[in-house]
Formats: sequence, structure tokens, C-alpha cells
Amino acid sequence: MDNITILLEAPVITLDLVLNGLLIGALFALAAYGMALVWGVMNIINIAQGEFVMLGGYVAIVMGIAGIHPLFAVPVAAALLYAIGWALFHLVIFRVVDRDIFISILATFGISIVLQQLMNTLFGGNVQAADADLGTALFMGGMVTLAKIKLLAFALAVVLAVALVVFLRRSRLGQAIRATAQNTRAARVLGIDTYRVHAATFGLNAALCGACGALVAMAYTIHPYIGLPYTIRSFMIVVVAGLGNLAGVIAAGLGLGAAENIAGFVLGTQYQLAFVFLLLVVVLVWRNWRLARRRQYLK
Amino acid sequence: MTAMLEVKNVSKSFGAVRANESISLEVHEGRIVGLIGPNGSGKTTLFSSIVGAHPVDEGSIRFQGREISRLRVADIARLGLIRTFQQTRIYGGMTCVENMLISASQRGSSLLDLFHIRSAARGRQAEDLLAFVGLHAKRHLRADSLSFGQQKLLEFAMALMNEPKMLMLDEPTAGINPILIDGLIDRLKQANAVFGVTLFVIEHNMRVIMSLAEHIYCLAHGELLAEGPPEEIRNDRRVIDAYLGAH
Amino acid sequence: MSVAAYRPAGYLAIVAIGIVAPFLFPAYQSQMAELWLFIVFALTWDLVGGQMGYNSFGNVVFLGVGMYACVVAQVGLFYPVSAYNAARGGGATVFTFDMTQYLEGLAIGLPVGALLATLTALALGSIVLGMRGHYFAICTLGLGIAAGEIANGWEWIGAGSGMVPPNAPDAVGDLSRFYYYFALALAVVTFLVLRWLYMTRFGLAINAIRDNEDKAEAMGLKTTQIKVTAWMISAFFLGIAGGLLGNLKRFIDPIDTAFAGPTYGVWMVLMAILGGKGTLWGPVIGAVVFQVLKEASWTYLLGWQRVVLGLVIVVIVVFFPQGIMGFVRERFPDWFGHRVEGGTIAGPARKETLR
Repeated sequence: MDNITILLEAPVITLDLVLNGLLIGALFALAAYGMALVWGVMNIINIAQGEFVMLGGYVAIVMGIAGIHPLFAVPVAAALLYAIGWALFHLVIFRVVDRDIFISILATFGISIVLQQLMNTLFGGNVQAADADLGTALFMGGMVTLAKIKLLAFALAVVLAVALVVFLRRSRLGQAIRATAQNTRAARVLGIDTYRVHAATFGLNAALCGACGALVAMAYTIHPYIGLPYTIRSFMIVVVAGLGNLAGVIAAGLGLGAAENIAGFVLGTQYQLAFVFLLLVVVLVWRNWRLARRRQYLK
Repeated sequence: MTAMLEVKNVSKSFGAVRANESISLEVHEGRIVGLIGPNGSGKTTLFSSIVGAHPVDEGSIRFQGREISRLRVADIARLGLIRTFQQTRIYGGMTCVENMLISASQRGSSLLDLFHIRSAARGRQAEDLLAFVGLHAKRHLRADSLSFGQQKLLEFAMALMNEPKMLMLDEPTAGINPILIDGLIDRLKQANAVFGVTLFVIEHNMRVIMSLAEHIYCLAHGELLAEGPPEEIRNDRRVIDAYLGAH
Repeated sequence: MSVAAYRPAGYLAIVAIGIVAPFLFPAYQSQMAELWLFIVFALTWDLVGGQMGYNSFGNVVFLGVGMYACVVAQVGLFYPVSAYNAARGGGATVFTFDMTQYLEGLAIGLPVGALLATLTALALGSIVLGMRGHYFAICTLGLGIAAGEIANGWEWIGAGSGMVPPNAPDAVGDLSRFYYYFALALAVVTFLVLRWLYMTRFGLAINAIRDNEDKAEAMGLKTTQIKVTAWMISAFFLGIAGGLLGNLKRFIDPIDTAFAGPTYGVWMVLMAILGGKGTLWGPVIGAVVFQVLKEASWTYLLGWQRVVLGLVIVVIVVFFPQGIMGFVRERFPDWFGHRVEGGTIAGPARKETLR
């Protein structure tokens, strides 16, 4: 626990950890918002969420290798992942939309295993990153360092979130998505083609993840098998924020990023993932407790 | 004589909604008591409060002289106070007989008692009660393959299997074929007369409750509006205005 | 009742086949040993997932706890564990176990593993089993992975470089045959215990919880107690299976062997669903079919086996969620006693003939 003493005695380190955490937290929030969208609109929990993120990351890496600046990968990954999501919907997902949610969890778990393995075969099992080559920014006389790409990724994440909100509010498809989320049957009665809405929603979610992944590949690292933690983070954020609450998702995402960074420093990085998964358990227990209190169940 | 169930000044709110406001009522042993009131008047909330599904904000609930407002659902059920649900609840994946067997009384039994092979006597009791509600021929069918009305009868039989001292029925005739309602009323009366089960019944069907209950309480807007024997309630101006007039 | 008359003979035949199988197919001995353990995986998963309706992705926690506890006890009885683990990869000290020590280690290690796994279920269950549906599923997924990550960082038990179970002395002979019979015995005992359990009121109680937990509670069943007990029973057998699996595999990797959520953790679910959730024979049949499928894809589709596995999961879950036994039950409900009967009151009700 010496590390706690370091944090207390050197607030600059704390600040550095928190700022870096907040920056990655925005990316967590992006993936989480996609999960909330799919969960809310079609009642599916997508375990392959993290694999979508990784796929987006590999788009950036492949483009980087091809000599194209990986920043251009953000729209490309989004478009490509939209197509993949759309295709997966028509192959598998539409069959589990009206079923027990556990079926959708298992089915998307299967998809995630397939994707992991395909990525492993195609891109190799190494930790990789796309170099955006932007350098670092120094603050407070060099005490706090932030990679510029992280700042840019944060900014782009915010832009994407705003664009998504505008899309859901203004466009016809966005309104159809929101209507379907509120009441699928009523939406169908009113002539909305909910099947197409679901397909678009799933594609949109994949696109969000793709863009998020491209940013992750530039600002951090990716690997075929580290998708699941992104899924779990998304789930956790959605549970804390609730469905359809963008502000909550952003706040929870940023908070998670910061908490994770500090925990990684205090406990040692080998326990950072353990922290994430235990935090999930804590969050769920807390949710259960809160629910029991609000319903005021004695049971 | 003290009442079997004694509800005193019970209040319960959900957020800003006052579902029950200082309600007091009594159910005496061996009687059939009705609880009526327009939709949203707080009848089911009161039932849920009594069986411990949620704690009350204020007031006391006594069953056989014992304060139960702070007990948990299973513990209250084990005292012999059983309720049925408005939306019928049965164990759909199990056969009718299995539904009955697991409904046998848990009174005074511990976890270890569950590790006994099912007894033949219980099996006979289950079959007899299924025959009593007219489901004997279907006893080996999965409960979710029964019609809604039959599921309601099954739930009633399950409640009797529990050998309750008092049975609280939430709209026992709702959704049941009108032709079968008279038979159900008969069985409710028999359960009361033969098995000695005290009944406390929420009912929307006026004809049913008037012919069934000996004493009726009427709720409106979460408050107790009137009480008395059926004839009195039938002619009570306030009840007619609040309830019958609402139609 | 004709099925019932042949039942003891059928059980004996299966056990007899199990006993002679290693001599008939010595080349597949370790796969068959694994199969018996898989049957235990599927049976114990189904107790909570199928019969009680609490779909867990985290039962690997009990597998891993049992595995580590058993092996640590096997070693720790005779040598300091940290020195043993530190000496991996050719230290100065050689740690040997003679036959008495080896058997003594197992005799203590396996029960210790079972006990610790059961206690883990008690501790976790009281916290986690209050959650319903998919929250429980995802929470247990998190628990399984968190446990793996913790083991992965814990130096005393070898951290990321894993732990090697004691080397068997020569007197043990063929190691995989030795553990084959342990696995067989465990599978048979687990099956018989669960068969008995499903005939008791406890079996009905967990079915009731699956079908309508609120109702079960309203009828006086202490559901929390029952749920935790069921998870503990499941963990008990899984803990023993863990100890056996660790010794059979001769190497424990914290993430790939002990707390292997993406493999064993998911396979348990898949085997139970494939065979038919909520039936006694379903998990057994599912485990057999799954093991054959898995070994075949390992042999013929090298490099693509996990892709195939993922696809198998998707196909089974989406197109065949009722499983083999579920399919049979839908087709022939009267085999399971689901029939209309008129007339006289028959003897005491009997659980379905085929169960």
C-alpha cells in the first residue's frame, strides 16, 4: 500500500492518473452507449461488444501498415463495422430478438469467440497499436504528460456522441429507433418496420464500437483477446447509468476510466483487470441493494 | 373475541402516491370477508403489505395476535397466511401434481426437511385437492399447458394444499368463464366451511362478492370508505358514488 | 413401468462399460477421463442453471478453487508451497513424493478442494444469488474472470506461470488411467446424488424457484437458503472435479485451466443446453456429444477449432435451445408422464418415468 502514500504525497501523479483515466473513460462511454442502444431498443445484451471494438482497432492498424494515417480509419472502421453488424443481425441476431435474454447473451458469446479466433488468425496474437505520430503534450511544467492522440480521441468521442444524439433526435430513422425502444409493438402497429430498425440499431452500435476501436488502437493497444473487458466495462457503465441516459453514460464512463487507472497504480497493473471485474460484481450488488430499497422489499 | 387479522392505521406510499392511508380493518376467524374498491384504490397494495412483500410506512398488522408487519414473506406464509395473485402465478414447467406437492405447508419445517423423498400421504392429498377443483384428469400435464381459468383453479388448489389458516384471494374470478364462476363460489364456500379456512377476498364482480362475503370493506383512493354486511354496502350512497357510479 | 424395471441393469451396464473402456480404447483414455469430468461439469451446472433457472457463467470459480486447493494441499502437506513453486523450471531442490505421500496428499487434497469450493459458494451465493436473470449471468461471468486474474497475480500459488501438481511416483503406473477411475467414480456418484436430489422435495423446490420465485416465496419456501444450498451442492462436486482435472492435466494455468471461463465455463452451459436443460440425463448426453464433437474438431480442424466451437454455440443456442432431451419431451410428452388421465385416483404421484 506504499502506492497510496505516493498518491497522497504527490498529488500531481494523482492528477496525471485521473486525467489519463478520464481520457480513456470517454472511449469506454462510447462503447457503452452503443450497448445501451441495443439493449434498450431490442432487449439484447451484446457480449461481442468488445470484439467489435477490437475489430475497429485492427482496421486502424491495417490502414497504418498500408501507409494511410490511422486517423482516417475512424470513419472507415465505422462504415465497415456497420456492415458487419448489419450482416450479423441478418444472420443471427434477429432470431434472438424476441427470445429470453440469456439466449442472446449466449449467442453473442458464441459470436465473440468466433471473432476473437478470426482476429487471432488474421492479425496474429500480438499486442498491437497504430501510431498516429502526434507526440505528447506537457502540462504544469512537464509534471503531467498526456499523449496528444488521447486528447484527440477524447475530442472525437465527444463529437461522435453529439452526432449520435442529433441523429437520434432529428432523423426519421433516429425517431423510429427511439419509438421502437419505447414500445416495439406500438411502433409496429404505427407502421414502423421494426425489423429494419433493429438491423440499423445493431449496425449503428457496431459502427460506434468500430470508431471507438480505431481510437483505442491509436491511443492505447489492442489484442484479439482483450475484447471482453470492454464488454464488461460497457455493461457496468450501462447498469450504473441506466438505459437511454447519455449524460449518465458519459459520467459513469469517465469515472470508471479514472477509477481503473488509480486502482491499477495502487494495486499494481497485474490486478487492474481483476479490479474491473470485481468492480462489476460490486456495481451489480449495489444495484440489487438499491433496487431492493427503492421497491422497499422486505422479502 | 380478537380478530385473526388485525390491520391498524396502515399507510403505504410509493413516492408521492399515497396507496394506502391509515387503513384499519379486521378479519375474524372462520369468516369470509370481502375487500372491494375501484381500480387503483389500493386493495392489492394492502394485500402485499399484509403478506410482507413490502414494508408499511406506518401502522401495525397483527395475525393471531402476533405483529407481522416486520416479518419476511416466507415467514408470514409459514404462519399460515397465504395469498394468491391477481396475475395467476403457478409453476409452469412442472406438472399439476408437482405444483401441489411443493405447495404443501412449510410450517415449522427446516431446510433439512426438504431432503426427504416425497411421501405417499402428500401425494394422495394433492390428488384429492386436484379432484376437488376438477383438475384430476389433468394432474400429470405441465401446468403451463392449462387454460387461464384452469391455472387459476390450480393456484387455488395449491393454496389449499398449504393448509392455510387464512387465505387472501386477489380477484379469484377475474378471467374465469362466467359459467364456471358459480362452481368456484361453491368451492370457496366449501373451503371455508369444510377446511375451516378464513377467507379474505378482493373481488370486482359484485354478484360474486355479495353472495360470498359476510362482511365487506370498501376502499377508495387509498382510504377506507365504508364497511358492513353486503346489503348495507350495496345500498351505501358513498360506495355507489365511488365505485358503482364510476362505471 | 417397463423402463423402470430395466433401469438398474442399464445403470450397471453403463458403469461396466466405463470400467472396461480404458482397456478397450487405451488411446482415448485421457479424453474419456475428461469426458467423465465434463459430465460432472454439465450435471452440476444444470442443477443451478437448468433445474433452478440461475444461468451461471461463473461455476469455474468452484472448479478453480477446488483445483488449486487440492494441489496446494498435496504439496503443502510435505513441502513449503512457495519454495515448491519457486523451484519451477529447474531449481536446486527436487521435490519428490513417494506413494504414501502421494495418496495421502490426494486423500486430503480432494476433500479440502471440495470443502473450499463449497464455502466459496456459500460466501458468493449469499451475495450474488439475490440477482435475477441476466444480471446474475453477467455477474458470475465477472466473478469467474476476476478469480482467474487474482490467481494470475498471486505469487504464492505460482501466479501467471501456473502450478504443477506433484509428480506421481512410479508405483501409480499409468497416470491418466489412475485418474480415469477417479473421474468415473465421481461422475457416477454425482449422477446418483443428483438423481436422488431431484426426487426429494428439494428438487421440486428448485424447480419452483425456476418457474416463479416470488410465488415460491409467497408459499413459504425460504428461497435464498435453498438457492445457496443448491449452489453449494454444485460447488462441492465441481471442487472435487477441479482437483482431479488439475492432476490429470499435470499443469494448472490460472486462466486456461483453473478459472477457464471462456472454455470450461462456457462448455458447461453448452453441454447442458445441448443435452437438454433441466433434465437429469440431458447434461450427460450433452457432455458425451460435446466431447465427441470437440475431439473431432480438434483432430480435423486444427487451428480453427475455436471458430468451430463458437459457431456450434451460436447454432445450438439459436436453433436448438431445448436440447436433445427437450426435443424428445416435446415430441413424446407421454414418455415423461405428461398425459391426461381420467377416472380413479391412482397411487402416489411419481416423477416422470424417464428422469
